[in-house]
Amino acid sequence: MSAVVALVDLLAGRRDPAKLARPDWDGIIGVARSEAMLATLAFLLEGAALPPTVAALFADQRMAAKVAQTQALWEAEMARRALAPAGVEFVLLKGAAYAVAGMACAEGRQIGDLDILVLASDIRRAENLLLKAGWEWVKSDPYDDHYYRAHMHELPPLIHKARDRMIDVHHTILPRTHRITPDALALMSDAVRSADGYAVLCPADMAVHCAAHMLADGDLQGGLRNLWDFHTMTRDFVATDPGFWGKLDGRAALHGLRGAVHRAARLSRDLYGARLPQGWDRHDPVDLWFRRRLFARDDWGRVTNPLLEQAFYIRSHWLRMPPAMLARHLWTKWRKGS
Amino acid sequence: MRHETRIAVGPVQFRIGSDWAEPIAALERLYAVYPKDGMRPADATVRLFAARPWRRWLRPSVHIGGDFVVPDALPLPLPMGLLAAEMAMNLQVALGWRRHMLLHASAVARDGRALIMSGESGSGKSTLAALLGEGGDWRLMGDEFTLIDPADGDALAFPRAVSLKNEAIAEVAARVDAARLGPLLAGTPKGDIRHLVPRADAIAAMHEPARPALLLFPRFGGESAVEPMGEGEAFVRLTEASTNYVALGEAGFAALTRLVRETPAFAISYPDSEAGIGLVEHLWAEA
Amino acid sequence: MTDRAYRAARADALRIEPLGELTALFDRRSMQTHLVVSPMPEILETMGDDASNATALARRLAASFDLESEGDAIPVLAERLAELAAMGLVERA
Repeated sequence: MSAVVALVDLLAGRRDPAKLARPDWDGIIGVARSEAMLATLAFLLEGAALPPTVAALFADQRMAAKVAQTQALWEAEMARRALAPAGVEFVLLKGAAYAVAGMACAEGRQIGDLDILVLASDIRRAENLLLKAGWEWVKSDPYDDHYYRAHMHELPPLIHKARDRMIDVHHTILPRTHRITPDALALMSDAVRSADGYAVLCPADMAVHCAAHMLADGDLQGGLRNLWDFHTMTRDFVATDPGFWGKLDGRAALHGLRGAVHRAARLSRDLYGARLPQGWDRHDPVDLWFRRRLFARDDWGRVTNPLLEQAFYIRSHWLRMPPAMLARHLWTKWRKGS
Repeated sequence: MRHETRIAVGPVQFRIGSDWAEPIAALERLYAVYPKDGMRPADATVRLFAARPWRRWLRPSVHIGGDFVVPDALPLPLPMGLLAAEMAMNLQVALGWRRHMLLHASAVARDGRALIMSGESGSGKSTLAALLGEGGDWRLMGDEFTLIDPADGDALAFPRAVSLKNEAIAEVAARVDAARLGPLLAGTPKGDIRHLVPRADAIAAMHEPARPALLLFPRFGGESAVEPMGEGEAFVRLTEASTNYVALGEAGFAALTRLVRETPAFAISYPDSEAGIGLVEHLWAEA
Repeated sequence: MTDRAYRAARADALRIEPLGELTALFDRRSMQTHLVVSPMPEILETMGDDASNATALARRLAASFDLESEGDAIPVLAERLAELAAMGLVERA
């Protein structure tokens, strides 16, 4: 049995954890760790019949994930204290947003850097306010710094000198050089408030951003986790708003990301059993390559198809940059040996 | 992976995979007397691998991987595979374990009470623990990590094979059955290394908790000296000695404040092992 | 220098454990441990639920502690408040 298939089956609810043989858990736990989904699985299987040592490990994971999430959300609070008094509005993105909005995918989800979105016109002010509040530039070389400022959709990362945690300040959700230009103003102006008073993207934009991050911007690293975010959020949004798929389609078109959003929906159907409405429930032969990339993990958690991984890495850069610039970028990176 | 084995040390079940047979065979010899449960799923996974396929044979060098990876960890030549395995196992526990507060400290126990010794490498904490563990009344709990149960404050053992370094090798080897010693690994990045399998009774008792009774912060070298340590300083030193204090949140805070309040603490320095053991026994008698 | 007003963390947000000469503060909101010395714990305790600046704080501290003179204490307290704010233990009101 392939461990990554078993993991996806468990997440999708297609497999009974009580029926797994004890040695199967090694691979499942190994792959779940590699995909940063071990705590997610631990929450999902809370109360299930598990071998006692697996149940104990999962209890550890749940406890640690709660601590880690509280620590990560403190960064949002500290960003609020730095920015709000000066009137700089910001929207929480990704993990922190899912957590403050109390979404299902937030349970057990790792939150790495704090990602926030500000208006492009506020970005210098945001930068200065954060620097005054104790964040500082991560030491980087001039090429990387120039690359960020000239071409990316965010400031070069800032790290807090006392808390040692990073913040990424975005002014849109795809790099400036990307072939697609989402409507950043619409993202900001249609943001909604969470119960704690934080601004987060409206449901449709949140799903669009999730798909963009996974398929249009990334090389599918952590793809199973990002797809799980997309799957659970669309599932829950539809449950409270039957018209959600239609709104998502419109919003994806507005941001120029219909392709990515539809592919994310099809992949969440193929992997996690999402039920899609008419117009979405199609088949695209290219999806096969994405599925292969998502399933490319062996029972030791290693990527099994390095060539495919490399292809997706180059693809992600191909999408982000015009070809001449891509060549220059890869050349500089290669010369520096990173 | 091509070769694999399972080892349980204290509460942690390891799964160790390797591209080569040698490190696995060496581990299995060293851990032969430890209890085995081949069916128990692993808590931590270790991988010993060649960076490129041909490097399995051509100047083979062992890279360390697993659940957690340190990006700049240097590979070791294949004859030092046992050291690579030890380092990889430590790394997984240090970065991944969440059930207990993990102290980078050695410990021995007597009558259900634990003596915990924390210090940098070179402080002699491992050697002191190993020597005490050979001398009669003490049970070796571990030379590298000591676990504190946040629920009740008890210390739990992690009695991996003791990693003896440099001068300590001869000092300890003179007192133990050679069958309990691993191969000499000469000229490693950490100096000469030889592993010592703890006594059978220490391994048999590895799941028995002990109540922390004395905290020592040893320093090797200089005159014999004993300096009582305040709760605040012990707290600070132990947060620095813990690899998962921050990750445990309030449970870690509660466990650590309790530990430093309930356990007398001393900094000690000592010129040689005999003097060190004398100090330890003296302080233990008063604790 | 403006005498800014701050508000302390709610009492249930902090777990305070005196450890000899140090005080260990655990902040449940950030999961951070802060080791502080006097007068930090006293400042937090005195602030209670109200917003206060250094001037108000000096007055209130003088009621229970032996301050040399309220006037001299104000700039020092303002500095301590800014440090507490950097740790996240007080917030600008």
